Amino acid sequence: MKNREEIFEILKTQFPDAVLGIDSSLPTEVIILIDPFKIKEVSLYLRDTEELNFDVLMLLSGVDDANGEKVKDEEGCDLIKGGTLSVYYHLDSINLKHKVTLKVSVPREKPEVESVYYVWRTSDWHEREAYDMIGIIFLNHPTFERILMPYDWEGYPLRKDYKNPEFYQGMKIAY
Amino acid sequence: MGLLDKEFSEGNIVIAKVDDLFNWARLSSIWQLGFGLACCAIEMMATSASHYDFDRFGVIPRNTPRQCDAIIISGTVTLKMATRIKRLYEQMPDPKYIISMGSCANCGGPYWEHGYHVLKGIDRVIPVDVYVPGCPPRPEALLEGLLKLQEKIRSESMRKKTV
Repeated sequence: MKNREEIFEILKTQFPDAVLGIDSSLPTEVIILIDPFKIKEVSLYLRDTEELNFDVLMLLSGVDDANGEKVKDEEGCDLIKGGTLSVYYHLDSINLKHKVTLKVSVPREKPEVESVYYVWRTSDWHEREAYDMIGIIFLNHPTFERILMPYDWEGYPLRKDYKNPEFYQGMKIAY
Repeated sequence: MGLLDKEFSEGNIVIAKVDDLFNWARLSSIWQLGFGLACCAIEMMATSASHYDFDRFGVIPRNTPRQCDAIIISGTVTLKMATRIKRLYEQMPDPKYIISMGSCANCGGPYWEHGYHVLKGIDRVIPVDVYVPGCPPRPEALLEGLLKLQEKIRSESMRKKTV
C-alpha cells in the first residue's frame, strides 16, 4: 500500500515527460496531472507494475472547468472561449488497497485525449458519456459515439455555456 | 347502458343498439401495450398485480402495438423516446386510446425547467384521452383514470369518427 505522494514520485521518475505535476491544494484528495496523449502509457504502467497494481478504474468523468474568457455572442448569450476541459480518473487497487486520482486537461477548442479503453474496459461507456455530455474526444476508442442523447443531437448538454435548442425533430423542447 | 340491465327473456334474446353493444365490448376489454418508462411503470405493474388486479376491467398487457387498444404513458418521456412512442402509436389500430400517467407524461414534471432531454408533456406528440395526476399516481388513481376512459368510450358513437 502506497500513499498518493509515493505514487507520484514513482511515476515522476518513470515518466518525466508525461507527469506534469501534482495538485495538493484540495482538502479531499491529491491529484496527479498527466499529459493527455501519454495517459495510456501511464495507465498501462499503473496497472501492470507489481508494486502499484491498479486493476480497477472506479470512475472516469469529464469536467467543464469553465476557466476561459466569458464573451457574449450575437444573441447576447454567454459563451466561453479558451480555457480547459478535464478528465478525471479514479483508480483503485483491490489487492494492495490503495487509490489514486489522475487528471488530464485539454484545451476547450481541441479537446482530444488518448483513450484508455484497452487498459480498463470499464472506460468504454464512461468515455462515451464524457463525449456525450462534455464533448471530450477520446482517440483510438473502437466504438466512439454518443451513449445517452440521440445520435443527431447538437451540442454537449453539460457544458457550462450550453444553450438548449428550440426544437428537436419538430418537438418543442422549452416548457 | 341498456345492455345488461334488462333481464334475459325466454328466448335468450337481448335487444340493444349497435353503438351500445360495440362500446360495451370495447370498454370491457381494453388491451394495453406492455410498455413502461419510469417509476410510474412500477405503480402500473402494481396495478396489474393481484392486489389491484387490472384484469378485472379487462386490461391485459399485450406485446405488440397491433393487438392493442390503449397505451399508458407511464413515466418521463425523453425526446429520444418520444420518437419511438409516436411510431408505436401509429402502429396501433383504431380505435386507440391514450392514458397519460403521472406529472412527467402530463407536463414534464420536475424536469420542466432544466430537463434539456425531456418532452414537456406527451400531448405535444400524440393526442391524450385521460390525464392521471400524481408523482407517481397510486394504483387507485390509475384505476380511476381507467374508469374515466371507460366512461368516454361508453358515450362514443359509430356515426362520428373516433380520434
